[in-house]
Amino acid sequence: MNARQTAAEVVVVDYGLGNLRSVTRGLERAGAEIRLSDDPGDFASADGIVLPGVGAFSEGMDNAGPFREALIEQAEAGTPLFGICLGMQMLLTTSEEAEREGQGDVEGLDLVPGKNVRFRGDLKVPHMGWNELDVQRDHRLVDGVDGEYAYFVHSYYAEPEDSEAVVATTDYGAEFASIVANERGNVFGTQFHPEKSGETGLRILRNFVDICVEG
Amino acid sequence: MALTKRIIPCIDVDLDDEGNAAVYTGVNFEDLAYTGDPVEMAKKYNQAGADEFVFLDITASAEGRETMLDTVSAVADEVFIPLTVGGGIRTREDVKETLRAGADKVSINTGALERPELITDGARAFGNQCIVISVDARRRYDEAGEHYVDVDGESCWFECTVKGGREGTGVDVVSWAEEAEERGAGELFVNSIDADGTKDGYDIPLTKAVCDAVSTPVIASSGCGGPEDAYEVFTEAGADAALAASIFHFDEYSIDEVKRYLDDHDVPVRL
Repeated sequence: MNARQTAAEVVVVDYGLGNLRSVTRGLERAGAEIRLSDDPGDFASADGIVLPGVGAFSEGMDNAGPFREALIEQAEAGTPLFGICLGMQMLLTTSEEAEREGQGDVEGLDLVPGKNVRFRGDLKVPHMGWNELDVQRDHRLVDGVDGEYAYFVHSYYAEPEDSEAVVATTDYGAEFASIVANERGNVFGTQFHPEKSGETGLRILRNFVDICVEG
Repeated sequence: MALTKRIIPCIDVDLDDEGNAAVYTGVNFEDLAYTGDPVEMAKKYNQAGADEFVFLDITASAEGRETMLDTVSAVADEVFIPLTVGGGIRTREDVKETLRAGADKVSINTGALERPELITDGARAFGNQCIVISVDARRRYDEAGEHYVDVDGESCWFECTVKGGREGTGVDVVSWAEEAEERGAGELFVNSIDADGTKDGYDIPLTKAVCDAVSTPVIASSGCGGPEDAYEVFTEAGADAALAASIFHFDEYSIDEVKRYLDDHDVPVRL
């Protein structure tokens, strides 16, 4: 067996924004073969799909518009779909961020039903820096990372409707969901940036690649 | 646990005689000592537990800038923690190419003072989180300021300077911090010309004045001589991150030693 047959082929959705270099290099380090793609036609043959993202929710959904149907289709087909930061928020149904900007009708992918809400109270926002992961339930993505630190930069966080969707929480003023997953387990996301979270982040990326290989 | 306080090594990158990127460290304000290869230093500090890196391009030349961006890419490919890059960033295009090279944030100083819309533009185009506004503050004891604090019984204000502190701008640091936040800066990077190179500790009144005025995270810089100084700037001034250069570069303290001291004194850090 050569490496080509065993490596996971992962599509990183490229919607023209942001720094994809770190996430690409991180996934390569974790053993994936990466295709940066803006062609939804590439999704079906992939072992896994990564939805990165920085910026605002409504812009993100705008940019992801051309990929929307293909992402939902792959999620339903059981392909591992990994949302990072805004990419995770886009897995939910809606966001207060869009409502604040008068774009309340902007809909997320609704693969993890729920809403993204803004931090409340007397807190510095964005929540920026290293914070601890408190794993709430089993999922292969979080093997070996309970109690470790990850790097966050965000002002909104996910509030899934189903508490079972919360894989890990983090404490910033109150506990919030820092990793979510759908019921079937093939759609998941991290609010933090694994590609910026040192060894802990690389462990999560390796776990993702394992999920892609094993199906 | 909660959000941890960050310890950030800062690397000044210039070109060596052969045109390669090299790290230099200021000693007593003026002399620069060759300190090492940027990628090797980044790897070393990553191993040692750095929470982020700051890279400052001190080449101030077009060819230097290109080498610098290659260096940023080389570091970003090796080290998976946040990377802030500053020095000579004046335009939206500069911001874009720096982020493309692999930086997560850009630190803007003079470019934003000259054209504050750069903050607004940059934040809108690339997100607030990647726009860091850096100030080189110096104390003034005259009547020209807007926000005054008492320091050792004397009333002073803080002025934004440019050209490494050699030129004043008349702009009040606290007012500028408020404006930068309003315009969408995601973080403030506060250097002190008075404290720089002294190793007598951070400028606490300066850092506190900025922390009290804004809700954006603040990185304190200049003057760190050891773990006690980091403790002081976190607990007395309210900084979110503490930056240091020479104490790490010259192995006076390791990042781990600083963090363990903070942990022993109940400051949350990532160990």
